[in-house]
Amino acid sequence: MTLFDLSLQELHSQFRSKELSVTDVVGEAFTKIQERDERVGAYLTLNEEEARAHAARLDDKLVTGESLGLLFGLPVGIKDNMVTEGLLTTCASQFLSNYNPIYDATVVSKLKLAEAVTLGKLNMDEFAMGGSNENSSFHPVRNPWDLSRVPGGSSGGSAAAVAAGEAYFTLGSDTGGSIRQPASYCGVVGLKPTYGLVSRYGLVAFASSLDQIGPITKNVEDSAYVLQAIAGFDPKDSTSANVEIPNYVSALTGDIKGLRIAVPKEYLNGIDPQVKAAVLESLRVLESLGAVWEEVSLPHTEYAVAAYYLLASSEASSNLSRFDGVRYGVRVDNGGNLLDLYHESRSQGFGPEVKRRIMLGTYALSSGYYDAYYLKAQKVRTLIKQDFDQTFQKYDVIIGPTAPTTAFPLGSQVDDPLTMYLNDILTIPVSLAGVPALSVPCGFADGLPVGLQIIGKAFDESTVLRVAHAFEAHTDHHKQRPSL
Amino acid sequence: MSIQSKDVEYVAKLARLNLTDQEREKFTEQLNAILQYAEKLNELDTDGVEPTTHVLRLSNVMREDVVQESLSKEKVFRNAPEEEDGQFKVPAVLE
Repeated sequence: MTLFDLSLQELHSQFRSKELSVTDVVGEAFTKIQERDERVGAYLTLNEEEARAHAARLDDKLVTGESLGLLFGLPVGIKDNMVTEGLLTTCASQFLSNYNPIYDATVVSKLKLAEAVTLGKLNMDEFAMGGSNENSSFHPVRNPWDLSRVPGGSSGGSAAAVAAGEAYFTLGSDTGGSIRQPASYCGVVGLKPTYGLVSRYGLVAFASSLDQIGPITKNVEDSAYVLQAIAGFDPKDSTSANVEIPNYVSALTGDIKGLRIAVPKEYLNGIDPQVKAAVLESLRVLESLGAVWEEVSLPHTEYAVAAYYLLASSEASSNLSRFDGVRYGVRVDNGGNLLDLYHESRSQGFGPEVKRRIMLGTYALSSGYYDAYYLKAQKVRTLIKQDFDQTFQKYDVIIGPTAPTTAFPLGSQVDDPLTMYLNDILTIPVSLAGVPALSVPCGFADGLPVGLQIIGKAFDESTVLRVAHAFEAHTDHHKQRPSL
Repeated sequence: MSIQSKDVEYVAKLARLNLTDQEREKFTEQLNAILQYAEKLNELDTDGVEPTTHVLRLSNVMREDVVQESLSKEKVFRNAPEEEDGQFKVPAVLE
């Protein structure tokens, strides 16, 4: 039992009754980081001095009896692609290894407003491109359940930190599965909200029509609290949705009687038999709580990965053109002209996966190929979205596995990008449709966590959280902890 | 359609990347594999299907043009690799 095993409400009540201080909780987080992070590798930058000072300020506030922020005193780790003023933000890239942001991302401002304490910045695949965290240009992250395996990616540090007790919760970002897949591999709860629900202002852009920030937590209730704190319209993000934000915590009623669940047959084909068994067992749990499920077809599922890699790489090639070595980042000047400086800075600053995707995207957008690749992929995206729209006319949620397998060994797929891309086959269609989805622990296969993916209608995070919460209340997979 | 080493070289130039011989060879092989996989999309008839650029269907988000405080010079140049007289310094654009 550690302080991190207390629920948010228990922590807050112990803060109020002075049984615990924020300094205690933040101190325990840094002790865990000290003990474990050399093996796990979740953090890139620690914010220890400022975090301890912040904790002391919050403890002062406890004395005055003022009302507490929603996430008061909770130690948080932030994926290193969200800018934090005065705190290094590298995107795990050599190019930004010296980048000291001049403003806070909107989510970072919102966490401050909610009085969470920032512990540091978390490792990731470089510029969020990857599914194993092996593309970090600093060091890989290891899965806390088995240090010889990957934590998933690209938010590998964010998922591993929560699993290892090195943060109370973290923020990740998800473009094609980068919150859900690592949450599944690390046995924690990862939520990708509806596209546009959470501001992307200050998130270093990868694929702008897909990127979305969301919480990684150790249970569903925490996920609801964190979403409450970070969701909402932001005039600084022109793709932010101007919708009313419901009370996510009060949606956790435990009641899913009559819930209609669709289970796509395409999501159960060709997946690891133990993963499939865990998902089917989870459906039995949901059935016992009064839900009904039926098999359906999302016929365009098999085209999603191809469409995604064309679209995401095209958007990335455009977004990453800003990294030219002129205004920030690491400049490589070999005494040539400006064009040489662009070439040298980019060639030395970017790692292989980033270059590969820039190349793919530049090719797909180049003259003569635009219609064949980019436009074609956008049309297929429409068909994939229609699969979801049609299914949601009859069903409340769609459920399947989060990933086809459990975490794989480090180094086993690095030389084969296409195989690596196919790990995202169950998360990518959801991203293309823009709808919310959450991965919740639903079992173990040979000691490695399995995730259940619960997909909802656009802006219906409340139902997704309610279903996940009811499931969690009748299972104990989320209570298991790795021995580190 | 398969890509040749010279196509990869051309695309690298568009993307402002220098590739080593080894990178060029590897990318030619890998991009061919990925694009071959992408050919799968041609199994679908998409005539008359509208492309999805964006799931929220927003267009031309406007706001009032209000004068606000801008960033300080100190902040703007905090990360500048090279700066001179309040400007970002770069090598000669033309030889």
